[in-house]
Amino acid sequence: MNARKALLYIIVLAATLAAPFLFPDFRTQLATLWLMIIVALTWDMTGGQMGYNSLGNIFFYGTGMYVAAVIAIGIVYDVGEYTDAAGGGRFEFTDAQYFSGMMLGIIGAGLFCALVAVVIGYLTFGLRGPYFAIGTLGVAIAAGELVSNWDWVGGGQGIALPVYPGDFDTGKLYFYYLFAATGVILFVFLKWLYTTRFGAAINAIRDDEGKAEAMGVHTMRYKLTTWAMAAFFVGVVGGISAFQLIHFEPLETAYQTINLGIFMVVCVLLGGKGTLWGPIVGAVLFHVFKEVTWNYLLGWQWVALGALIVVTVVYFQDGIMGWLIHRKPEWFGIRVEQKNLAVGADE
Amino acid sequence: MTTIIDIHEVSKSFGGVVANEEVSLSVEKGGITGLIGPNGSGKTTLFNSIVGYHPIDHGSIRFEGEEISTLPVQKIARLGLLRTFQQTRIYGAMNCVENMLISMPHRKMSFFDAFGRNGIEDYERADALLDFVGLYEKRFLRSGSLSFGQQKLLEFAMALMNEPTALLLDEPTAGINPTLINGLIDRLKRANTDFGITLFIIEHNMRVIMNMADKIYCLAHGKLLAEGTPEQIQNDQRVVDAYLGAH
Amino acid sequence: MEQILGNLSLLFEFPVVNLKIVVDGVMIGALFALAAYGLALVWGVMNVKNLAQGDFVIAGGYVAWWLSGKGMPPLLGVPVAFVVLWGIGWVIYKLVISRVIERDLFTSLLATFGLAIMIAQILNLLFGSDTQSIQLEYDTLYFFDGFVDVPIAKLLGVLMAAVLATCVIIFMKRSRMGQAIRATAQDARAARVLGIDTEKVYAFTFSLNSAICGAAGAIIVMVWVIQPFYGISYSIRAFVIVTAAGLGNLPGVISAGLGIGVLEQYGAHIFGIGYQQAVAVMLLLLVLLVRLLQQRRVRQSLQ
Repeated sequence: MNARKALLYIIVLAATLAAPFLFPDFRTQLATLWLMIIVALTWDMTGGQMGYNSLGNIFFYGTGMYVAAVIAIGIVYDVGEYTDAAGGGRFEFTDAQYFSGMMLGIIGAGLFCALVAVVIGYLTFGLRGPYFAIGTLGVAIAAGELVSNWDWVGGGQGIALPVYPGDFDTGKLYFYYLFAATGVILFVFLKWLYTTRFGAAINAIRDDEGKAEAMGVHTMRYKLTTWAMAAFFVGVVGGISAFQLIHFEPLETAYQTINLGIFMVVCVLLGGKGTLWGPIVGAVLFHVFKEVTWNYLLGWQWVALGALIVVTVVYFQDGIMGWLIHRKPEWFGIRVEQKNLAVGADE
Repeated sequence: MTTIIDIHEVSKSFGGVVANEEVSLSVEKGGITGLIGPNGSGKTTLFNSIVGYHPIDHGSIRFEGEEISTLPVQKIARLGLLRTFQQTRIYGAMNCVENMLISMPHRKMSFFDAFGRNGIEDYERADALLDFVGLYEKRFLRSGSLSFGQQKLLEFAMALMNEPTALLLDEPTAGINPTLINGLIDRLKRANTDFGITLFIIEHNMRVIMNMADKIYCLAHGKLLAEGTPEQIQNDQRVVDAYLGAH
Repeated sequence: MEQILGNLSLLFEFPVVNLKIVVDGVMIGALFALAAYGLALVWGVMNVKNLAQGDFVIAGGYVAWWLSGKGMPPLLGVPVAFVVLWGIGWVIYKLVISRVIERDLFTSLLATFGLAIMIAQILNLLFGSDTQSIQLEYDTLYFFDGFVDVPIAKLLGVLMAAVLATCVIIFMKRSRMGQAIRATAQDARAARVLGIDTEKVYAFTFSLNSAICGAAGAIIVMVWVIQPFYGISYSIRAFVIVTAAGLGNLPGVISAGLGIGVLEQYGAHIFGIGYQQAVAVMLLLLVLLVRLLQQRRVRQSLQ
């Protein structure tokens, strides 16, 4: 990596670390921005990079929330009793229990989601194109509906987790850094992954899966692994969200197919599918758009969102990065190169 | 001379239409075998059956002695039996070099190898094969933007990259400018002699296939009509009738 | 759990309850089939998977409901909703759909999903999130000692749906436009070469579909309830029916529609009304799974 690029990355990293101090009133929004970036990047893993456009990744978010909560509560108390009390004060957590429960819960959420991804992957990967999209959407909706009828995890009321032990503002700082750390790790991971043969293989699956199969690529292996890795990260942020939001419900918060579930797709489309920076750019733009419209378009924000989806899909199909690649292909290595072998010209 | 692909009484129907009926033939290792027949005689269906694209209704297909008719496409490809497509298939969004690199033999790649990067030998091999088919200068262009003939050459190079033991080519000269066909024939022959790859070719261009093949099979109406050397086939009245539709 | 077993045993103790469930299911299922037919039409002709289908239905219902509130006789709501939704569908086609037809499949899916969100939210803003319905002063027919009740209103609804469906089918078979539509569905390029204005065909087909949905919605608001966010359920049901029956299989669409209606009623009876949405979605997953396994046997995928 050349010096200029390295400097850019250092600046971005510094900004990431300093942001909550530079904008102390926006700590929660910044944390949410990182959440968007993470779910956008993970959506792009299976969608933009591998060609399997899922409408149900939110399933892992919701499941991550529940798993993290159940683990954190379960190591101290009986989960059924806890949810029956519905946050009625009898259940105290010491600081040690809170933090250890959170860490175990978050890791557990990620691992569980990865495992579930592999299991349902065997079934869902026979579906392609629109069937995959609708099938995954169906799984997410079904999960939300079933969980809201499951009393052990609180049914329709959801679960109320303990509050961050300490100063409220410090709590916001803490959650910001949790999200940011996950985001940075994910970014570095993907930056590396997309340069490996693995990255090339999933691109091949996207471009022509039948051809990849005919050339002997272990398509199922790659699909399941990608899906599991994406599920892991989404599960992790689900877990973090559970503790950040403190109280969550199955349909509105955990398995929010119409909100975050679709936001992640719009972010990627806006920024550019199948590129590393596309989802990030898209997430930033979308988050700003959302914050602005939510404040100034009271009542009509959802209509604006729907309109944004339609406009993005129809007019900005390749997103911003796609537009950039089209305008400046040389920046991305597309060129005709003269032959420099000793042998004379052929053909 | 050993038989590398042994097809025995293979039948395949789609709904009520019989595409192949009790077809038996054998492809000799190291040689070039041709498959001809008028349109609709079941040639591509037979190819599809061999590479595992669909299950067969009846019969057996053996590759290097192993039964492959129950295996899926990926497994057969990893055994060293590849095919190219009539409508050329390449990875349009990637450039030529990337197309080549992804075509490395995956039977040699373990799960963890996938997380490594391609080494300098891989790039050199890709470059050499791209040069072999004459696409060296265009190797960094998006493969989707190449002309039809160039894409066919790329697909061929990708197949070579995969180090197959046998290669099934479905109409390799179709749609190619006649002046370029000689170059293609030459490369096909060199792939056979220099790289030792067995070729099994569906062709409509008689000049090409008679020039190249050691043995030719002719299908008509889903059944095997005739077999023999190019001279024998050319002089076989049944073959002439099949193409000209005698009554 | 005991609740579920109790509900199940009720079915065996009183067989007539089964009849009630089936009758209820068939009556609502007929409307599902109508929506599914429209979905299959647009899918087959333009390869657009319209996720906003259910929202067209609900929109039609609101048109009828709002007008009946202004004094229009409810039954008139059906043709009026048909016309209004035809117009809306046409506008949506020109603005959005026409630009995503030639693109990849996910694009059209996402575009219609965006439309679905917009429509549902606009309806919510205009009419509020309470459920609405039009009360018809018709009697109810009772059978089997009052166990099976068939409100005449619902019967009329099913009848109207059947009449509409029959008209559309005859239109498709006999008229010039119907022929043009079928030709375009089979091969758009060939149709163009032969002089068919495929753009017109597409606009017509999409408008026809939204009109059918609108009429279905106008019927539904009379015999059941509507609510701005019910749209996605109808979209899912239509999708399940089309996946189960396949495109171009009219008897299949009808039977699948009726079947889903019945299965949902059974699900609601056995598991409780809170599970109704879940049953619809589980049916979706079940149908996808079955088709997937069918395809696997011939080594294909479902796409």
